[in-house]
Amino acid sequence: MEKDLLKFITCGSVDDGKSTLIGHMLYDAKLIFADQRRAMELDSGKGSADGRLDYSLLLDGLMAEREQGITIDVAYRYFTTRRRNFIVADTPGHEEYTRNMAVGASFASLCVILVDASQGVLMQTKRHARICALMGIRHFVFAVNKMDLVNYNQKKFEKIRKDVRVLMAEADGVQVQLIPVSATEGDNITEKSVRMPWYGGPALLPYLETVETGEPCGGRGFSMAVQRVCRPNRLFRGFQGQPASGSLAVGDILTVLPGGQKAAVAEILNGDKSVERCEKGQAVTIRLATETDVSRGCVLGKDTTLKTGSMLAAYLLWMDDKNLVAGRNFRMKLGTQTVPATVMKIRHRVDVNTGAEVSAETIYKNEIAFCEISMGSRVVFDTFAESREHGSLILMDRLSNMTCACGVVEQEIVRENNLTWHEMDITRELRESQMGQKAFTVWMTGLSGAGKSTIANEVEKRLFAMGKHTMILDGDNVRMGLNKNLGFGEEDRIENIRRIAQVAKLMNDAGLIVLAASISPYRPDRRMAREIIGENFTEVYVSTPLAECERRDTKGLYKAARAGEIAEFTGISGVYEVPESPDIVIDTTGRSVEECAGLLLAGIEKYL
Amino acid sequence: MKNGFRIQKNDTDYGGSSMDHLEELEAEAIYIMREVAAECEKPVMLYSVGKDSSVMLHLALKAFYPEKPPFPFLHINTTWKFREMITFRDETAEKMGIEMLEYINEDGVREGINPFDHGAAYTDIMKTQALRQALDLYGFTAAFGGGRRDEEKSRAKERIFSFRDHNHAWDPKNQRPELWKLYNTQIHRGESIRVFPLSNWTEADIWQYIRRESIPIVSLYFAKERPVVIRDGNIILADDERMRLGPGEEIQMKKVRFRTLGCYPLTGGVESEADTLDAIVQETLAAVESERTSRIIDSDGGSASMEKRKREGYF
Repeated sequence: MEKDLLKFITCGSVDDGKSTLIGHMLYDAKLIFADQRRAMELDSGKGSADGRLDYSLLLDGLMAEREQGITIDVAYRYFTTRRRNFIVADTPGHEEYTRNMAVGASFASLCVILVDASQGVLMQTKRHARICALMGIRHFVFAVNKMDLVNYNQKKFEKIRKDVRVLMAEADGVQVQLIPVSATEGDNITEKSVRMPWYGGPALLPYLETVETGEPCGGRGFSMAVQRVCRPNRLFRGFQGQPASGSLAVGDILTVLPGGQKAAVAEILNGDKSVERCEKGQAVTIRLATETDVSRGCVLGKDTTLKTGSMLAAYLLWMDDKNLVAGRNFRMKLGTQTVPATVMKIRHRVDVNTGAEVSAETIYKNEIAFCEISMGSRVVFDTFAESREHGSLILMDRLSNMTCACGVVEQEIVRENNLTWHEMDITRELRESQMGQKAFTVWMTGLSGAGKSTIANEVEKRLFAMGKHTMILDGDNVRMGLNKNLGFGEEDRIENIRRIAQVAKLMNDAGLIVLAASISPYRPDRRMAREIIGENFTEVYVSTPLAECERRDTKGLYKAARAGEIAEFTGISGVYEVPESPDIVIDTTGRSVEECAGLLLAGIEKYL
Repeated sequence: MKNGFRIQKNDTDYGGSSMDHLEELEAEAIYIMREVAAECEKPVMLYSVGKDSSVMLHLALKAFYPEKPPFPFLHINTTWKFREMITFRDETAEKMGIEMLEYINEDGVREGINPFDHGAAYTDIMKTQALRQALDLYGFTAAFGGGRRDEEKSRAKERIFSFRDHNHAWDPKNQRPELWKLYNTQIHRGESIRVFPLSNWTEADIWQYIRRESIPIVSLYFAKERPVVIRDGNIILADDERMRLGPGEEIQMKKVRFRTLGCYPLTGGVESEADTLDAIVQETLAAVESERTSRIIDSDGGSASMEKRKREGYF
């Protein structure tokens, strides 16, 4: 018979005996190898004075953990009983390592929260209970530990039961079980203890073996985030991923999000086998009957509640040493989509001790906050309550690359709902034909002093001579007017690019040829510009190397940046993300302006 | 939210899945491989010829089908591997049509570094340093390994996506949070990621999967009469003429098989009658000692030796 799998975590305050509890359970249930038992028995002799077995040694595997006698990071243990397969994540109790506890919680469907019988429900107990609920755990076991230290006193246990009931009173849809145990003595761990006859419930291991946890929420209908496009040859184009919900059969009609195109399913592969239908959880490849624009990050769906938008509200667990303030910009990963995102507003912080909503301007490490997030492009998502996979996200710091927050989507925020696009009679095509040209945008990116504006100027003169109607959007010039209110922080840089792109788009719609020259150091921002402007977009990378730009230093900016007078100067203290596949590359080193302009014109010949 | 608790849905809202435990592990590993292929600049799959590598290769072929895996495979050859392993490696690469790179630390070979005279230094030079050299040489930014969390205590603490600085060092006290299936693959130039798609598999899972999928593995895993030497309680195969015999040692024939494979002078066999996959699975499920006991190199330096080597850039 096939046994099912229960993933659970142990958490609770420091020194509540989490590692000891799991160690003792494995030991008593004879679930450890003989050599591991010998090593623990040997190491226990080294450490403890009275020679008693230290069961926590079976789990605390890092040197620093053994030296300090604490758990720093999650340890995963795998064991099998006659009834079930288990993976247990033993998580740290120190507040300092809360994020590691959250790592464990994100993977589990049940939590065992330890409470020290002599200490009662502590702030850390409450924090962990709230984080477990936040991460989607619905089955809570409170193991009231160290009952031996309170003489197995029922009154102590009842007092804690009352406190837990108060704590969990507002947690809807959650199942709670309390078990009095002693991790060091082994009471109520694998079998019922004779020392607590007043307790009528099950021991811990038998409870874990039989509890029904169901499955994490996948959402309604069929949905699959596309991980990659599989193109072994010209004939085959398949979309690979792991469906988050539902099932799908050959012939079904799928909707491709965010675009909304519809296509029929031509073929489904489960691994390397062709199948008639697939379902949630399988590693599949889907081929569509018609040529459809699908790439990584798209979601294939059928009858779903998925939403497409650029703003959402989410609960965040903040995990970074650097504080969170409104306006900070990140890379956000949601499903298989990675987009720039800004925390626009902190609506409130959740007090982990009382559960109250407190207003806050700054969020510190290990705090929970309810925030509004704005994304750099349209994202496909759902609420976490509907779908675990489409409703969970992480925020990554743009400089350190660290994962600094995880979050669950609470709701979508719809902004532009009361606006409708008016179709005008004089269209772009009409304007273009009157001017006798095709409108397009040349987007020039590169370091400060690379030669963008100089080349743009020369190209414009030549286009003018050819009778074309043109306009240059120079980064510096735009900043002196339209974008005067923007600074150089990441959020403002994104807004700067967004406005330039929107203006370029307007000018294109007016029939003009636009030359936009701006450092635009971030790939996601340039991608955003391309998305705003649309098809007639040519990316030109002016690739003059940093050393050459710095040697020229026409504006004296590099000198100032080297002296530390300019914070976050691209190339010196700020990153420049080199374009991955620019349409034209121009290195100005050793080339005349005329030569460079010629290269650019050759690249845009098709529009002229 | 009420009282700081996010409001949840009931169990009845959720649709079930009909997948069994092995199918779930398989799908998880494939998801991880596809994420790496989609997001990392230059991935490679470490191939050690062992059973875990055989499973990894099998999963990679499935993950990208009908495409071939979009990355090469890399074997770090210490020059002291069992001969059967090298033959198997070359046959497998040819049969599967994959790109197999081999790297040998030639400096170590020139200096005559060997497992008999150099002990721990041998492992460092021919494995750890060789791996670092190879990764630097090709500029790989992500390397798949077959490590499992049930193997060893410091592995049990490691993330599926495990970061290495420009010295290939692991900082166990400052690991990136890894939540749900949202793997953060962003790195700076010079840094790299080790990825362990089999993290959540156990030894028993590996064998049951090999049996279910009929995955080819090296014959050393099956019990057979082999020429061996008993040394410090370990059964060592006399694989070639370089095997040195100590005083009182002699080569004898025994029916043995291997639970793990590595360098033959450092790998202990077990006496066994298990010469079929069914028998091996039976034996694994009944085992009382963990498979690491047969790897002599891991016991050098006490229980924390694996973490030390990982900090220095070992896989």
